[in-house]
Amino acid sequence: MTDNGHGRPMVEAVGIHKSFGHVEVLRGVDLTVLPGEVACVIGPSGSGKSTFLRCINHLESIDSGTMTVDGELIGYRRRGDKLYELRESEVARQRRDIGMVFQRFNLFPHKTAIENVMEAPCTVRRTNKKQARESARDLLDRVGLGNRCDNYPSQLSGGQQQRVAIARALAMEPRLMLFDEPTSALDPELVGEVLDVMRGLARDGMTMVVVTHEMGFAREVADSLVFMDEGKIVEAGTPREVLANPKHERTQAFLSKVL
Amino acid sequence: MPASNGGASPRRAGSDSRDSRGLAPPEGDTTAGGAEPIPTTAPAPIKAVPVRHPGRWVAIAVLAVLAAMLVNTILTNDGFRWDVVGKYLFSPPVLNGLKNTLLLTVLSMLIGIVGGIALAIMRLSPNPVLSYVAGLYIWLFRGTPLIAQLLFWNFLAALYPRLSLGIPFGPEFVSFDTNQLINQFTACLLGLGLNEAAYMAEIVRGGLQSVDHGQSEAAGALGMSRGQTLRRIVLPQAMRVIVPPTGNETISMLKTTSLVVVIGYFELMTSVQRIYSVNFQTIPLLIVAALWYLALTSILSIGQGFVERRYGRGVHQGPTGARLLPRRKTAGAK
Repeated sequence: MTDNGHGRPMVEAVGIHKSFGHVEVLRGVDLTVLPGEVACVIGPSGSGKSTFLRCINHLESIDSGTMTVDGELIGYRRRGDKLYELRESEVARQRRDIGMVFQRFNLFPHKTAIENVMEAPCTVRRTNKKQARESARDLLDRVGLGNRCDNYPSQLSGGQQQRVAIARALAMEPRLMLFDEPTSALDPELVGEVLDVMRGLARDGMTMVVVTHEMGFAREVADSLVFMDEGKIVEAGTPREVLANPKHERTQAFLSKVL
Repeated sequence: MPASNGGASPRRAGSDSRDSRGLAPPEGDTTAGGAEPIPTTAPAPIKAVPVRHPGRWVAIAVLAVLAAMLVNTILTNDGFRWDVVGKYLFSPPVLNGLKNTLLLTVLSMLIGIVGGIALAIMRLSPNPVLSYVAGLYIWLFRGTPLIAQLLFWNFLAALYPRLSLGIPFGPEFVSFDTNQLINQFTACLLGLGLNEAAYMAEIVRGGLQSVDHGQSEAAGALGMSRGQTLRRIVLPQAMRVIVPPTGNETISMLKTTSLVVVIGYFELMTSVQRIYSVNFQTIPLLIVAALWYLALTSILSIGQGFVERRYGRGVHQGPTGARLLPRRKTAGAK
């Protein structure tokens, strides 16, 4: 773990609860991610790991607990001992600093790769077009797609699309990157190119929370590994501890199936 | 024509046709990464007797006979009076009616589209009051006859002789005579436009809902506001779904404008009726109207094609050049 700076955690989740109707998806999740740290979240499907990730940037609201990113309460403002819901524009402002990469890429299909990357800087930050285009080109270069700037998403492979999606998230210069099973929708031979980009990001010191099924990636890149099941964190520690020497029987059962 | 005995093989021979056929269209090759080397010697094309389609030839023969009969009657039946058609096609009363048809169509579609977008956004709003009000509007305007709505706007003065601007239940600033404010033309626009808005609202709503929710999530995660997401991400993609039925509506509106006759206004159809009620040349004058309607519809269809291409960006250029009906390919392969 590299703690580069003020020492306050980048993500601090305390007692997060979330229900959809009668189904309680998150049942008291606590997680702390320090700046520069890569935290991987693993677990069986339906364990709430994606929902938890989506709570970090308020794509899902939480029912109880507190979610703080870089010292700032997400989705609410505390004044005295009262909580006020944030207005839409304020939530949008908080999200600018949190990049997110989706399982299904969610690129804008009516825009070319470079337009996808330029979109947020131009409309949200009001960066001028020329400057945005230059930095978008740099970002696409960085993910190895400098020669695909003018291709539409439908003309790119899944791996290329996901790399554009990463570049698009990076264009807002986020302090934190969230990855929601970024390689689950990819053909096996395309997984590597996306993981390589993520590895590069981790090396550059980006704080990342990664929901993934890629145990190899988790073992190699993650600073901390969290195993979730039934809406709770069952086990957490360094990847070496959790993967090689799981203490909880549910972790053991899960790992015996996926490793 | 030697199409039946080996239509495939002679057309396949020759290097240029092989290139254009390829394994995938040229865009596909570039996106696939490493360009596959094209083999220098073409593999021998399949030589097979193509499937015979005797039914096709029968159908062609029947249709050819019917077409010949049609042309024959058009040329030989004097009742068509093509001289009368020619005389009235560009006559001032017809052109005047045509001008009104165009004006009413364009303006009421404009009201309809703008109103429809607003209503659709209201209908999908998380605010239940807005959503309910939009639903009520759509219910009311789709649920009553357009003729009744036209008459209502025309006779609004019977209900409200004066219209005024002011503070509700308070003082008035300006006041107008309703009959002066809403003349026949305005009543036509209100009737046609407000009715169209209800139908357009449902078309736009369908378009907006057809866009994958992940799109607005991705935009939201980038920090874009709801308005920005709608304008920049969702609406442009919804347009692909919205444009074809809107083309339908516009073409339909072209002819629906003739309903304005109920409030004494006139357009192409009315003008033509006025003429044949005097000279009894009913069929030739109906042909005059039909020719103009067909001409306008053709122009609108071409325009629709352009708009569709504009909003189809990123969709038709898939790596396999995927289109629903790959006409050229099937013609070559079968």
